Amino acid sequence: MRVNKPTLDIENGCVDLSHGSGGRDMAQLISGLFHRAFGNEWLARCNDQAAFDVGAGRMVMTTDAYVVSPLFFPGGNIGSLAVHGTINDVAMAGARPQYLSASFIIEEGFRLLDLKSIADSMGEAARGAGVYIITGDTKVVERGKADGLFISTTGIGFLADGLDLSAEKARAGDRVLVSGSLGDHGVAIMSRRQNLAFQTQIMSDSAALHDLVAVMVRAGGSGIRVMRDPTRGGLAATLNEIAHQSRLGFRLQENAIPVKLEVAAACELLGLDPLHLANEGKLVAIVAPDVAEAVLVAMKAHRLGYDAVDIGEAIADDHHFVQIATRVGGARIADWLSGEQLPRIC
Amino acid sequence: MKYVEEFRDRTIAQGLARAIADQSDPREAYQFMEFCGGHTHAIFRYGLEDLLPANVRMIHGPGCPVCVLPASRIDMAIELANRPEVTLCIYGDLMRVPGSQGQSLLRAKSLGADIRMVYSTLDAIRIAEQAPNREVVFFAIGFETTAPATAVMIRIAARKRLKGLSLFCNHVLTPPAMHSILDSVDMRDVGPHEIGGFIGPAHVSTIIGTQPYELLVEEFGRPIVIAGFEPLDMMQAILMLVRQVNDGRHEVENQYSRAVTRAGNRRAREEVSDIFDVRDQFEWRGLGVVPNSGLMLKKAYAHFDAEARFAMHEVRIADNPACDCGAILRGAKKPVECELFGDACTPRTPIGSCMVSSEGACAAYWRYGRHRDYQVRAS
Ligand code: SF4
Repeated sequence: MRVNKPTLDIENGCVDLSHGSGGRDMAQLISGLFHRAFGNEWLARCNDQAAFDVGAGRMVMTTDAYVVSPLFFPGGNIGSLAVHGTINDVAMAGARPQYLSASFIIEEGFRLLDLKSIADSMGEAARGAGVYIITGDTKVVERGKADGLFISTTGIGFLADGLDLSAEKARAGDRVLVSGSLGDHGVAIMSRRQNLAFQTQIMSDSAALHDLVAVMVRAGGSGIRVMRDPTRGGLAATLNEIAHQSRLGFRLQENAIPVKLEVAAACELLGLDPLHLANEGKLVAIVAPDVAEAVLVAMKAHRLGYDAVDIGEAIADDHHFVQIATRVGGARIADWLSGEQLPRIC
Repeated sequence: MKYVEEFRDRTIAQGLARAIADQSDPREAYQFMEFCGGHTHAIFRYGLEDLLPANVRMIHGPGCPVCVLPASRIDMAIELANRPEVTLCIYGDLMRVPGSQGQSLLRAKSLGADIRMVYSTLDAIRIAEQAPNREVVFFAIGFETTAPATAVMIRIAARKRLKGLSLFCNHVLTPPAMHSILDSVDMRDVGPHEIGGFIGPAHVSTIIGTQPYELLVEEFGRPIVIAGFEPLDMMQAILMLVRQVNDGRHEVENQYSRAVTRAGNRRAREEVSDIFDVRDQFEWRGLGVVPNSGLMLKKAYAHFDAEARFAMHEVRIADNPACDCGAILRGAKKPVECELFGDACTPRTPIGSCMVSSEGACAAYWRYGRHRDYQVRAS
């Protein structure tokens, strides 16, 4: 029987500075918590890096840091978000994501039980998406120097030959498709903010979209010009970005833009615009008019796209405005957000 | 949500638009001011101007509490927040309002001032309870709508004997400001901008009722319609104003009868009058010093007054001379007519306060409406 320091006491323990010291405690944390959650052959070899096979075609790489408040929200937590978000950034190139790295900055005092459930849901999200977390890093910082936990993930994926999605490919007349209702993640997060807590059934839409993307690519091929996931800044920011990059404008129909009643109600209450709210499981696609219908049908047949709709079109506009025909018959623009709508939605 | 969707129905909106077009006399110019920023926001957000005939125009008034706050009050708050013993609680809207030197509370916070964004007055109470050794100051702002919540905060603080909590009071009153707009000399001179009637804010009237406006319509001979913030509310209110003008009437009419009465909410009014007195005068950005237009703590609660407790002094500061906020708040100019609009002054780089709050006339125009201007210029 061991009498010295026990193995990780996940039930009651906290992360302390020794867990980032490079010593035995750190090894325990990594193998007892992260490896167990992510479990795969690459991690099992316990190297500082992972060697892996590359597929045919072009590689796609992306990286993102996840800083969310609160860490747990209806429909997910920072861990699943860090996996889905990076998978989606790879997928928006039309690519198939395959490997992830994950780096953790943990504040001293963070509960091991919370860390475990975050790591577990990362493992689950990755397995569910057929993606492997094959290398990572852990740092512990003093109390007060981080907001509980920050996670960075890097993703690598592979792109089939002939696909090259990019904003400057959009043309006037292209259709704008979205895969489902907007603002769910933003409202789910806000409903759990201290100070703001309100009752809602809305769950974050956090999901990995690469399967949906694959289905769309099969249906639309090179007729798909641009794909983006409208995360921070929402649909409005995403379309403004594309408008500037493509030197076009957009004209959308407010009536067609899908927003759940509860999300719309929360927005009324808080004075927010659903078009600015973050999404973590939705995509926007700009597609050539001749394939738009086929792509839409394919999206609707997929579980993550069954609410997909055509919300408008790209138009020639030197000012690159995103215009909206309002539901009562007027017109307005959907601008970028200036500053933050509320601090740190994602 | 059903109750909201109903007030955004396209067919009804277009029916109202037709009625306004039918009933407005093409030889007349109808110009109405929506006093409240919430209305300005709705006009742009739903593109309501597109539904109005060319001779029916809306003028965007002052009604955003942030917009009418003079820079000197922001300066005072920054000075307060920079005291080491003070925790300043504010609504998020105030964070980016520029003070007289271009500084802001957001910047003061990043430099180390203890400034907390709160969502209700109860947050301030909680913060004060949790930090009994700090001086927690609540930056109160708003019209009649938010004053009752501030009054409740003071009542609770008094009951709990919260010694560390105080109030930086910037509450203002709607009818005196309307009076000042109607009374201003420019108003009489600027012919094309003459205001033929007002849309009054429903949320203010849920508290004060419609009665306080009766003297105003009498004195100035302009109709006032109290309206809700949904697009159909506003369209209906505009129709009601057109009819009054046509009939040569000037009355206070209530479009928002679903929540507003003549007498308002007695309980909320009592809550306010228990705690506050009316200040002899208060400075409004754009309108200057307006008599009897602000609230201050009653003598019995004077120990909660941050201005006295910290011996704060108000220094009157002239606004940036190029900024046309004043003329815009009085309805004498449109946002695009300001030289700084869209160039030096945008929501990211606000110079005047009309650009700061999303309800400010300049910000609403920039955010939702500027395509209009470009299209007009282009054609
Ligand atoms: S554009 Fe800016 S400077 Fe000009 S009036 Fe509006 S807020 Fe003031």
